[in-house]
This record gives sequence, structure tokens and C-alpha cells, in this order.
Amino acid sequence: MSDFVMPSLGADMEAGTVLEWYVKPGDTVKRGDIVALVDTSKAEIEVEIFDGGVIDELLVPVGERVPVGTVLATLHPVGAEVPVPVGATAAPMPAPAATAIAVTAPPASPAPAAAPIPVAAATAGTDHRIRVSPLARRAAAELKVDLSEVSGSGPNGAITKADVERARTGPEPPTPVERPPAPAPARATGDRHAAMRGAIGALMARSKREIPHYYLQLEIDVGRALDWLGDANLQRPMNERLLPSVLLLSAVARAAAEMPEMNGFWTDGAFRPGDGVHLGVAISLRGGGLIAPALHDADEKSLDEIMAGVRDLVQRARAGRLRSSEMSDPTLTVTNLGERGVDLVHGVIYPPQVALVGFGAVRERPWAIDGMLGVRPVVVATLAADHRASDGHAGGRFLTLIERRLQKPEDL
Amino acid sequence: MSVAPTKTITYREAMREAIREAMLADERVFLMGEDVGAYGGCFGVSKGLLDEFGPERIRDTPLSESAFVGAGIGAALGGERPIVEVMTVNFCLLALDQIMNNAATITHMSGGQFAIPLVIRMTTGAGRQVAAQHSHSLEGWLAHIPGLKLLVPATIADARGMLGPALADPNPVLIFEHGSLYNLDGDLPTDLRTIDIERAAIRRSGSDVTLIAYGGTLPTALSAAEELAGAGIEAEVIDLRVLRPPDDRTIIESVTRTHRAVVIDEGWRSGSLAAEISARIMEQAFYELDAPVARVCSAEVPIPYPRHLEQAALPQPGGVLDEVRRMIGAPPDE
Repeated sequence: MSDFVMPSLGADMEAGTVLEWYVKPGDTVKRGDIVALVDTSKAEIEVEIFDGGVIDELLVPVGERVPVGTVLATLHPVGAEVPVPVGATAAPMPAPAATAIAVTAPPASPAPAAAPIPVAAATAGTDHRIRVSPLARRAAAELKVDLSEVSGSGPNGAITKADVERARTGPEPPTPVERPPAPAPARATGDRHAAMRGAIGALMARSKREIPHYYLQLEIDVGRALDWLGDANLQRPMNERLLPSVLLLSAVARAAAEMPEMNGFWTDGAFRPGDGVHLGVAISLRGGGLIAPALHDADEKSLDEIMAGVRDLVQRARAGRLRSSEMSDPTLTVTNLGERGVDLVHGVIYPPQVALVGFGAVRERPWAIDGMLGVRPVVVATLAADHRASDGHAGGRFLTLIERRLQKPEDL
Repeated sequence: MSVAPTKTITYREAMREAIREAMLADERVFLMGEDVGAYGGCFGVSKGLLDEFGPERIRDTPLSESAFVGAGIGAALGGERPIVEVMTVNFCLLALDQIMNNAATITHMSGGQFAIPLVIRMTTGAGRQVAAQHSHSLEGWLAHIPGLKLLVPATIADARGMLGPALADPNPVLIFEHGSLYNLDGDLPTDLRTIDIERAAIRRSGSDVTLIAYGGTLPTALSAAEELAGAGIEAEVIDLRVLRPPDDRTIIESVTRTHRAVVIDEGWRSGSLAAEISARIMEQAFYELDAPVARVCSAEVPIPYPRHLEQAALPQPGGVLDEVRRMIGAPPDE
């Protein structure tokens, strides 16, 4: 037996509402499967399960709001060969450490506030007619699947034939008719904006209250990097061209791989390095608010992969379709406010991370090189770091490493 | 399947071979157009034919599309088998009155008394930096006209094999040769008996999505399909070959297998041939569709001259990939 509990989807989350179950008793799940859609009051997040097994019982009905750590469902291993999961004995704990869940974020203090999260999620379509492809509608009629219980993976969240078939699979034939229709969970957009402001505010206040920030800044000549990028882009078709911010992300990721003390979490009075460089990419949302989902293993990605990854994150963040692992995995956040035209940003660290790298706008500046004055494109990189985890000396080295990486764009 | 003997040849040479063969086989066949004689054709297709057949059968014309297309119609009415070359589809607009009001209607208006066994060849398409007035793809406009048959050879075999049946057809047939294909080379099967001018062809089999292309967009579709295969998505590629009347059966059967379709068309999106294909799929296979039909077309601008802008305006494999990914989304689980 193991328990699937309401996960902590960011350091700020206190409670969540199950909006949709994607599984039912008797379903076999494996680690990483998306099993439920949870509303954190600021966004809808698809939650992955940590342990595989067979679902015994769904304990929390759709629409009910429960504290983090509450057992949502129980499951048992498939057959004898499946080992009993480590977290099998876990009772609901006051701390949001969810043993049965794919959450790598360390237990957070009870203080609320979380990842800034999408407002857009609420408008993603549930208020409207369900989108179903013609083929899926036909398949649902043939297989007697209730479309209101199927979640869509197609364009704009439309239900496809594969979704219908997935909804149907399971040892027993579906008996959707016998179940009373789930009450439509409230997804009002009105107070969502206020809720998000509240969450961001609480988390940032906690960060400023608890984390002794120190700040460093370094002006970096990005002339070589931009020249290289310009040349590289000339060889590429229009739609495969890279944006300058991809170089910045790659440089930070690779520098972070060399400086583990900047990449990880401060929890329970000690630093714990991240298990890989998962860059939190700050994305501002239409209608206000922001969110910083993880670009996993960014230090091992090529520039093209980073470009594709960021594009995918932005798209899904704005559509409100991020996954729980993306919400809880970031080990270091990067914010680029250059697009807004500011020169530099003194960032607030996202707890329990220990550092945040900011970039301002690239500007042409008078620049002395070898005793000569020239005009070079320059960007100010800033570091906000947690003094409990590192000192200014290390922070300075980190920024210098980023600068060095940007001087060799061909190696990024 | 036994291996048929082949020879390597370019698309341009295949066209020339087809013209030669037709002229040798039937003395009523002749070629007429701007610079087709001494110059060898603007795209070099008729090079050498003047020496072989003489100025009676390889006829240079004045720079007046309306006059020489009209002359071709007259010759066809008189029992000849003319092949008229119009330099690019852009200039056929000067002969549109002849094509539409005469070639496409006379059989109908004469109650079937007259046939118009005329073939008009023209170059189409962009990608060679010859600017807007030489680069457009107007096949979609001409495909609107009842009474015409439109062929688009996109392979060496079709370049070599479509002209014969086109000349044998009693109706006016338009053949579009995409300018970027002339230098394409490949193996030509020596047996061309199987070349029809009725059916679309499946150039690559796949189960996940149907990419529908023709002429210059066939290489785009095939290259996108290769890349998709790397991502585990198997695309079926259909070469339309015949734009009017289109082969609905092949399209609908394929979409019925894959449940998704992307139409790739170098014409402008609004009112395009892609729009027509998309509508037919919706009419005949609506309940098979698992996603809306997508289109990848040229940007709605006169085709630009600078290389980077021209490339940006044309359908590219990346655009096809974007549409397919939007349709299929991330693979479930895993």
C-alpha cells in the first residue's frame, strides 16, 4: 500500500483542489503518469504520480479543497514483483513533504506563497463547450465513454481519439453512468488574479524575511556572442533562428554546473545541491503575474534544445498546462528583464533556491579595450544569492564564469 | 518485385526526352513559345530540338502570350497536337482569355463537335530569386476552371511520362513545372507504361499524419516527414500530381488511416488550392478527423526578391513540423 497525497507544487502552496481525476480505482499507473489536475488556487497543474501500482480508492472527490499532505488516493503494487514503495507508511504529514509524489522541492515551511502561477489557466476552455475531435466523438459513442470525464491532449486541449481510448482502458468496463456527475469546481477568474498576487506577495515576503540576500553585478561585453549568433542565424532558416536569451540561459546553466553551491536548495538549515541544473525560467503571464517553471538539465542541452524547451514552456505556461515536476524542480532561477528595457535587475530569490541570475537590456556602451575606446553591446548580469549558502567570493566567481562562457559562444 | 532497368537523368532532360518522343511518334506534334528555338527555351528544356526538328516544328513566337496561345488553340481545332510553352505562370495571365474563354469552353459550346487536344507547359514557383513577377504559384486560380486538366510533375518519372497521355487527352491540359525542380536528377525507370494522369501518388507511407503536397512542395513535405520520423511520428506523403480534377479517393483513404492532414501549397493561403483540398477532406472525411486540417502556404505577399525574405515567405519543412506538433502534441505518458 502506498498513498498519493496532495503535493506541494511550490514553496507557497497550502492547499489544493482536485479538478479532475485522470484515473479510477483499478487503473494501473506507473511513475510519472499524470493522474490528476489540481488547482492551487492560482493555476491548474497536472500532477504526476511518484510510485507505480494499481489505484485502490480515490479518497478526495473532484471539487474538494484539501491541505497539502492529505491522502488523495491509495494504491497497491501490481503483482508480487513490484516492491513496496518506500513511502508506504507515510501518514499525512503537517509538512507538505509528499512522499508519494514527484516533488523534489524540499519541505517548505508552512508559510504560504508559491511559484507565481498562470492566470491564463482559468480561461483555458472549461467554461466553454468541450472541444472534441469528430473522430474522438465517434469513438466515444462507440466505446460508451463519457466525454465530460475525459481530458484532452489535442490542439487547444481538444479531446482526441487517443484520449478517449486512454479514458476507457482499465480492467473493468467503465461505469461512468452510475457515478453522480461531479460538481463543477469553481474556477472563477475574478479572484484568481488577486490570489496570484497574494501568493507572489507571500512568497517574496518570506524570501526577503528569511534569506540574507547579497547582490553582485557584472557588465559583460556580448559583442562576440552576438556576432557569432548573427552568423549562425544566417545559416539557419527563419523559423530555426536563435534568440540572444538562449545564449544567456546556456551560459548560466553551464556555469551553474561548475558551481554547485549556486544550484540547489536551502532547507532545514543546510544547503543541498540540486540533482542537475534545472533552470527556472521566469515567464510573465498575460494579465499579470509570473511563473518560473523548470527547463530540465539545461546544462546538457544544445542551444536548439534550449530554444525549443523555452518556447514549449512559455506556450504551456500561458495555456496553464504545466506539470507538477516543472513547478517544483527548478534549482536556480534566471530572469531576463532586458525586454522591458531596464538596465539591470536586483532579483528576489525564489525559496528554497539559493540564487537568482538577472539580465538587463543589451545596450551599446563606450567600452575600453586595450587602451582604446570603442562601442560595444553590453549587458549587465546580476546575481542575488543567499549568504547562508555562499559568500560574495563564490558569487563573483559564478558571474565571471558566466562572462567567460559568453566569450566562447561556439562552445555553448 | 524485380528491379527495373533505370538511367540517371535530370528533370529538365526528362521533359526534353518526353517532347522528343512525342514529336518522333506523331508528326502533328509541334512546340511553340518564346525563345524555344534558337535559345533552347528560357529554362533550357528545348535545347537542341530546333536542330533536330527544324523551325516548322520548333517555333519561336513573338512576345505575345495571348496571340500564341490562341494560335495553339486554333492549331488544335485544326487537328494538330500543339505543345505551347508559356515562360512562367505569371505570364499566362496575358493569355487567360484564350485559356478560359476559348480552350476551356469550345468543346462545351460546340456541343462536343470540337476537341482541343492542346498542351500548355509553364514554369511555376519561387525560390530562385527572380522576384515577384516571375515567382508566383497561380495553379490554384487555373484549377478553378472547368474544362481544363492540370498536371504537376514533381518527380523525374512524371516529368518524363506525363506529356504523352496529356497529348492523347482530347481536352486542353496544363502542365506546371516548378522552377526549382529542373536540376533535380534521379533514376528514370525505362518502363513508363504505368504513368497515369488521373491519380495522386503516395510517395511515403505513414500512419500518424498525411502531408499533402504537389510540385515544388513535395521535397518540402518529404524532408519534413524525414524529420518527423526521427521524432517517432510517421507521416504519409501524398503527391497530388493532378490538380484538376483532384484525386479525392487517395486523399480521403489516407486521411481515414491517419486521421490528420496538413496541406502544403506554395500558393497564397486565401482562396488557395490548399483551401479546396481542406474543404474536400472536411466534406468527405469529417468524422475521421482527429484534429483540424492544417495548411502551410506562402505568406500573403508578392514573393520578395532578397533571399532570406523569399525563403521566409515560402512553405518550409519547419512550418510543417510546427503544424504536426501542434496537432499531435507531446506523446502521451513516458
